[in-house]
Amino acid sequence: MTLKTEPFVVNIGPQHPSTHGVFRLRTTLDGEVIVDVEPIFGYLHRGIEKLAEERTYGGIIPLTDRLDYLASMSNNMGYCMAVEKLAGIEVPERAEYLRVILAELQRIASHLIGVGAFFNDLGAMMTPIVYMIREREKIVDLFEMLCGQRLTYNFMRFGGLSQDIPEEFLPALRKFLDQMPRFIDEYDQLLMDNEIVLARSKDVGVLPAETAINISASGPVLRGSGVKWDIRKADPYSVYDRFEFDIPTGTAGDAYDRYRVKVEEMRQSLRIIEQAVAQLPGGPFRSKVPFLVRPPVGEAYAHIESARGDLGFYLVSDNSIAPYRFHVRAPSLINLTALREMLIGWKVADAIIIFGSIDIVMGEVDR
Amino acid sequence: MEIVPERPSLIELDRHEGQVIEDMKAASNRPLSDPVAWLEEDIERNILLTTVDAMINWARGSSVWPAMFAPACCAFEMIAMAASRFDVSRFGMEIFRASPRQADLMITAGTLTWKMAPNVKRIYDQMAEPKWVLAMGSCGVSGGIFASSSYAVVPGYNRIIPVDVYVPGCPPRPEALLYGIRMLHQKIAKGSLARHDN
Amino acid sequence: MTAVLSPRNIADRLEKEFPGSIVSSDDNSFEMNSTFLVPAARFLKDTPGLDFDFLSYITGIDRYDHFELVYHLVSLKHNHSLTFKVRCYGRDNPSAPSLTPVWRGADFQEREIFDLLGVRFEGHPNLKRIVLWEGFDGHPLRKDFLG
Ligand code: SF4
Repeated sequence: MTLKTEPFVVNIGPQHPSTHGVFRLRTTLDGEVIVDVEPIFGYLHRGIEKLAEERTYGGIIPLTDRLDYLASMSNNMGYCMAVEKLAGIEVPERAEYLRVILAELQRIASHLIGVGAFFNDLGAMMTPIVYMIREREKIVDLFEMLCGQRLTYNFMRFGGLSQDIPEEFLPALRKFLDQMPRFIDEYDQLLMDNEIVLARSKDVGVLPAETAINISASGPVLRGSGVKWDIRKADPYSVYDRFEFDIPTGTAGDAYDRYRVKVEEMRQSLRIIEQAVAQLPGGPFRSKVPFLVRPPVGEAYAHIESARGDLGFYLVSDNSIAPYRFHVRAPSLINLTALREMLIGWKVADAIIIFGSIDIVMGEVDR
Repeated sequence: MEIVPERPSLIELDRHEGQVIEDMKAASNRPLSDPVAWLEEDIERNILLTTVDAMINWARGSSVWPAMFAPACCAFEMIAMAASRFDVSRFGMEIFRASPRQADLMITAGTLTWKMAPNVKRIYDQMAEPKWVLAMGSCGVSGGIFASSSYAVVPGYNRIIPVDVYVPGCPPRPEALLYGIRMLHQKIAKGSLARHDN
Repeated sequence: MTAVLSPRNIADRLEKEFPGSIVSSDDNSFEMNSTFLVPAARFLKDTPGLDFDFLSYITGIDRYDHFELVYHLVSLKHNHSLTFKVRCYGRDNPSAPSLTPVWRGADFQEREIFDLLGVRFEGHPNLKRIVLWEGFDGHPLRKDFLG
């Protein structure tokens, strides 16, 4: 005799400890197995793209902070690059180097939370993330030294930075660079070969390379599937072509690989910062830019490799002080495209892990 | 000249006083016992006298458990506050409850959108009394930087649920949030069971 | 460096393959007739030497008298990119064919354009509002949206 079960619908979210914000999965379950799932977004849609149409170009920088709030510096950088391209603004060398340093620090800070939250989802509630927040606080302190803010920095400007780094920044950064590799080793010691971690994340949520490309995935999700594609190498911006670094990739495309890619990227980021600090030139930190930027009619697209992937800003100008259209290519949103097929067939407990391994930020998904 | 005493006899008075002393001496042959000696020793060690209100408020204020509710950017300052550096467990609230039914405090760490509003109301309704709401960040207070995007963003949580403490900032620093929590403690201390307005 | 393929060249090739498909072309992008969108997309994706396997982004712009859809393609294989545009007319029911059958990365982005600009994508498997709620009145990214 076969037992029949009725599929039933269970909501995960929008308020749920593992949804990384306000995200909702409407799952249809058969017993514990997911037979269908529909991701529902929009619980943090704040209309940033619309708001940008009524602000001056400079006034949009604070809005970009709040897109991917775990990587505000990268967002600032991507947006400023788009405006610089649109208006033909030059950036001095020193500013470019400092931007690279800040963007890489931001990547480390963001991956720390990404990895820590992933372990929260795995069931290692709080312990790993508390370790990682410890180091994130050090990076936050460095940023605070620059601009007095801990989360939303609003530090980059068209043609450079809002101000030069203070004297005490480089020694503090030096100290951080000396400490950090040991901390990353410490996490690995704790987590990398942990039997439970392996059992729960190996071969879970496999995303084949072909699908990953077809759904336009980017960042650690794409690289976890073994595609060596990183905007810093493929389409080098700023001064990234002057540094030596590797692109870590996974092989299986499972949750574990995505986690490992993030950890290795932290090491590579440290390498880049080391080189950038060593080569850091003097000179102005910002070029002379009109107070109200009025780019000529046209459009520009600039993209960077943010912590979550290929983050792009598309701007259309009608020669006024506000953009005609401001569009963000949000890697978090696009990486979720394959979520449905990644989840179907897995148990609810695995779904949390698979979702966590994609590492999204709702501010960017919904905008 | 003979001195006539005003009172019949001062010596009488002296005797009377002497008698009091004698009586007291006679009655005080044992040390006085503890006034609450009728209590058993176990109980006696554990009783303090206070008002019911002060007692209950003290208990409530010392274990305000926040609901796990993290809509947007401010959440990361809330998490930073809960982590080891700022260590909110000093105030008896390290346990963030995933179920609103076990929580006393909602820290509204982020922008509220109209799409989310019914869910927030529901979470609030599910929380058991007594409950408090701390509006964190400019978005929680008034919609903040997004207030003009009125088609999507609710201008402040107080449109949906009553707010007890407002902590402005975008995002507020963890210290500011801790200060807000201390203010909430003061507010709790003023509450009374008789008035139903805790 | 991602090479930007000359839009004029590609436009010529497409015009040869699908006569009448190209409306105009300049140095940054070319504009395509929306009826040819899906076959042209397949051509761009499957032709050896072009191999645009990665749809980077789609976005829409409200130009008052028409809606302009912008497509940005990248080839991870050859590391080159291409931008092209499609116009859809009408304010009540503008529509364009969906590219989800070719690149599934278009899925959420097309839903977003449908939600915020009100452009329908014919052939999309699940075209409904993505960030706003069902029953929301209007499309916020339109220039005449009052809010
Ligand atoms: S107040 Fe600022 S930091 Fe907090 S949720 Fe709003 S925008 Fe984000």
